[in-house]
Amino acid sequence: MSNIPSELKYATSHEWVRNEGEGIVTVGITEHAQGLLGDMVFVELPEVGDNVSTGDDVAVAESVKAASDIYAPVSGEIVEVNEDLEDSPELVNSDAFGDGWMFKIKLDDESELESLLDAEGYEHSIDED
Amino acid sequence: MTSKTVLHAKHLESGAKMVDFHGWEMPINYGSQIEEHHAVRQDAGMFDVSHMTIVDIQGADAKAFLRRLVINDVEKLNVAGKALYTGMCNNEGGVIDDLIIYFFTETDYRLVVNSATREKDLAWINQQAQGFNVTITERPEFGMIAVQGPQAKAKVATLLNAEQTQAVDGMKPFFGVQAGDLFIATTGYTGENGYEIVVPEAQAADLWQQLLDAGVRPCGLGARDTLRLEAGMNLYGLDMDESVSPLAANMAWTISWEPSDRNFIGRDALAAQKASGDQPKLVGLVLTEKGVLRSGLTVVTADGEGTITSGTFSPTLGHSIAMARVPRSVKIGDTVEVEMRKKLVKVNVVKPSFVRNGQSQL
Repeated sequence: MSNIPSELKYATSHEWVRNEGEGIVTVGITEHAQGLLGDMVFVELPEVGDNVSTGDDVAVAESVKAASDIYAPVSGEIVEVNEDLEDSPELVNSDAFGDGWMFKIKLDDESELESLLDAEGYEHSIDED
Repeated sequence: MTSKTVLHAKHLESGAKMVDFHGWEMPINYGSQIEEHHAVRQDAGMFDVSHMTIVDIQGADAKAFLRRLVINDVEKLNVAGKALYTGMCNNEGGVIDDLIIYFFTETDYRLVVNSATREKDLAWINQQAQGFNVTITERPEFGMIAVQGPQAKAKVATLLNAEQTQAVDGMKPFFGVQAGDLFIATTGYTGENGYEIVVPEAQAADLWQQLLDAGVRPCGLGARDTLRLEAGMNLYGLDMDESVSPLAANMAWTISWEPSDRNFIGRDALAAQKASGDQPKLVGLVLTEKGVLRSGLTVVTADGEGTITSGTFSPTLGHSIAMARVPRSVKIGDTVEVEMRKKLVKVNVVKPSFVRNGQSQL
């Protein structure tokens, strides 16, 4: 069973969301998702300043096996991207919930966080896959 | 219901992620297929290839039968143990399978064919053997381990007894020899030196463990695919199948046209294709920008469209490579375009061989 930290929120499309406070969240893909994709070879990230809406495809995780769209789990403005992934995409494999983070969003509406899954809800969604 | 090789438990012990590969439960990786890939290019790795099908062809007509069955000519084989890569075609010149034939004597040959094509291969071989004095014997009682990489032979050497050491001493590439209980061949599917070892099932797990203890890294089908693609080696079912001519699959070199009176299956169809010169060809593609070329993508050229047959990220080169079937008039050195994620990207056309013996061929 994959590790699913209880302090994070999740989207069914396998993104995780960490509330950093002051309306900022960090987004990455789950350990379960990186395991399905296999070794990551390229990560294409959005531009800082982009305005994104929930469900937009904003990034691409390309592994040896497949290219997978990453969707914005919430609406807002991209305020930072993980530039380390440019040279070290494998961080997504080795530390999906940590150094493998992808981008940070300044939320348009903080209440949107409440509509995301908690760890238990995400675990159920994986089981149904 | 999937089949399991004799090494199944060893894979699980090493933390393998198992997948269904044409009905066989096989390791896709043991954690990181890229690290496994590098182990083979830089040191030594091993693959369980026990799912592959071994077929022995013996009898007074064995040679005559094989000269009819396959597009290459076993007449070329006259040193015991010498191996030959070839295709086996249908009457229309489509590739039923690609295979390796080992020669022992003119009445004794060993074929190694793909696992995914096992049933149709055996049916075809038996059907074509009508009228020839041969026996066709599948040998499922063996496991097979491919040990590949610059240190592969040295690491295997530490496990061999005196008789086996002598048997493989100085063996050239593309040979096989029975050495005690093991059949050891200098063949492979990675573009590196190494052995493919056929081992009785009862000894396979012990041999695997000894190789592990000797520092040989277990590698899954994921690394096997990136290694063979870097080496420019075809994968049956992707790069060719029964609808594809060997002339369109970079296998023209495996067709022995001489002597002209050798009536191999598919000869008439292939000769007509060759004369008309209209078969597409298989080339290599290189993408140095971000992105990964994938099987099935469309290739746009000035001479018409083509298709990527196999594509991947090359761990050795650090960018994507592919094999593609394109119009014959496309030349090595041309720039063509591939439609990727709704946009056209430029790629270079190269010979379909990217990495050999750890070195880039580009």
